Amino acid sequence: MSAPSLDLAPARGLLPRASSKGTMGVLTAILEARTGQQLAANREWRVETVLKPVLRDLGLETLDALATAAQHSTAIGDRVADALLNQESSFFRDAAVFEMVADAVDSLRATKLNRRPRVWSAGCSFGQEPLSLAMLFAERGADQHDLPPEIIASDVSEAALARARSGRYSQFEIQRGLPIRRMVRWFDGDGVDWVAKTELVRRINYRRLNLVTDPPPVGRFDVILCRNVLLYLTIELRRQILDRLATVLRPGGVLVLGAGETVIGQTEAFRPSARYRGLYEPAVREG
Amino acid sequence: MKTCLVVDDSKVIRKVARHILETLNFRVSEAGDGREALDACLVSAPDVVLLDWNMPVMSGMDFLRALRDSAIPTRPKVVFCTTENGMAHIRAAIEAGADEYVMKPFDRETLESKLQIVGMA
Ligand SMILES: C[S@@+](CC[C@H](N)C(=O)[O-])C[C@H]1O[C@@H](n2cnc3c(N)ncnc32)[C@H](O)[C@@H]1O
Repeated sequence: MSAPSLDLAPARGLLPRASSKGTMGVLTAILEARTGQQLAANREWRVETVLKPVLRDLGLETLDALATAAQHSTAIGDRVADALLNQESSFFRDAAVFEMVADAVDSLRATKLNRRPRVWSAGCSFGQEPLSLAMLFAERGADQHDLPPEIIASDVSEAALARARSGRYSQFEIQRGLPIRRMVRWFDGDGVDWVAKTELVRRINYRRLNLVTDPPPVGRFDVILCRNVLLYLTIELRRQILDRLATVLRPGGVLVLGAGETVIGQTEAFRPSARYRGLYEPAVREG
Repeated sequence: MKTCLVVDDSKVIRKVARHILETLNFRVSEAGDGREALDACLVSAPDVVLLDWNMPVMSGMDFLRALRDSAIPTRPKVVFCTTENGMAHIRAAIEAGADEYVMKPFDRETLESKLQIVGMA
C-alpha cells in the first residue's frame, strides 16, 4: 500500500477558506510526527470539522493561527494530533475474533499455566476493545480463577485513554456491537450515558504508549491486539512496530490485526496461525 | 431476501426505518400498532420485527407477549426500537422475549449493528 498523499484535492472545494495548503501540511505533519499516522485521503475533508472545537477552545479564528500556535506549543500540538486521529471503534468489532482470543486464553488454561495469561490491546481508543475482552473473559469464568487474565490497554492519545478509563459511552456508542444483554449486565445508565461497572473497568490496566517511539510494556504477552492502528503508517514504520511486537509475544502466542490488515509482505516475524483463522503467530520459535 | 415488519405509530419513523432496512436488503412491511402487527404475523411471519413500545390499540409489549404465546411456527427475531431507554424497560423487554433493543434516536449503523447481533444482517 503506498502512503496516502498529504496534499488535499483543491478541486473538491472543501478546503477551509482561511487556510492554505501549507497550513494543512503543517497540521498533518504534526499528526505524523507525533503518531506516525498519515492522514487518510478519505479523512482530509474532515480536518476543518474536527479542528473546529480546538479553535473554539483556544479562541483562535483560523487554521493558520492554529498551525502557528501548534508549532510553538507542545500542548496545542497534542490537541491537534488528538483531534486528527482516527479513533473509531466499537464493542466486539469483528465479533468472531473475540471468541478466538477467548479460546486461546482458555487453551492456555488447559496447559495448567502457573501464571496469569497476558493480553495487550495496543491502540485501544475509547476502550471498547479491552472492555469487550474483559466481559468475555468474565463470562467464561476466566476471572473466577486464581490467576485471572491481565489486560493491558494502551493508546497514544491521552484524551482517548481518559475516556477509556471513565468507561462512559454515549447512547450511539453503546449500541455499536454490544448485545443488549451484555449492556444490561455490565453497564449502568447515567443520564443519557452508559457507564461500565467498576468491577469491569478495574480489570484493565490503562496506560499511554506510543507504538512508534515507546518500548512495549515489560514482559511477554500471550495475545496482542493491534487492530486498525497501523493502517496509515508508512510501510517502514509498520514493519518496525510489527517486529517489536514479535519480540514481546510468547512462543505460541497470537497477534490480532484488524479485519483488513495482514502481516504478509510487511514482516517475516509473523506467520498465519495454524489454529486461529485470521490470527498470526511468531514465525520463529525462540529457545 | 430477509423480511422485516416495522411496527410504529409514527409514519415518519416507519419511513426512515424502511429506507435503512431496504439498503440492508430487507423486504419491508409496515404496521401502525401491535394489533395490526399481530394480524400480519399470523398471516405470514417475518424474519424480524422492529417494534415500537408506545402505540395506540396494542402496545409493543402486549404484541410481543401475544406473539410469543401464539402458535405461529417460526420464531421471528424481535428488536425493540423505542424512546423508552431506561434499564427497567430494557429488562422487561428481554424478560418478555425481545432479542435486541434499539434506543431511539437511531441511525443506520445502530440498526445494522443490532441486526448483525441477531444474525440477520
Ligand atoms: C481506529 S482506532 C482502533 C481502535 C481499536 N483497536 C479497534 O480496532 O476498534 C486506532 C487507535 O490507535 C491509536 N493510535 C494511532 N497511532 C498510534 C500510535 N503511534 N501509538 C499508539 N496508538 C496509536 C489512535 O489514537 C486510536 O485510538
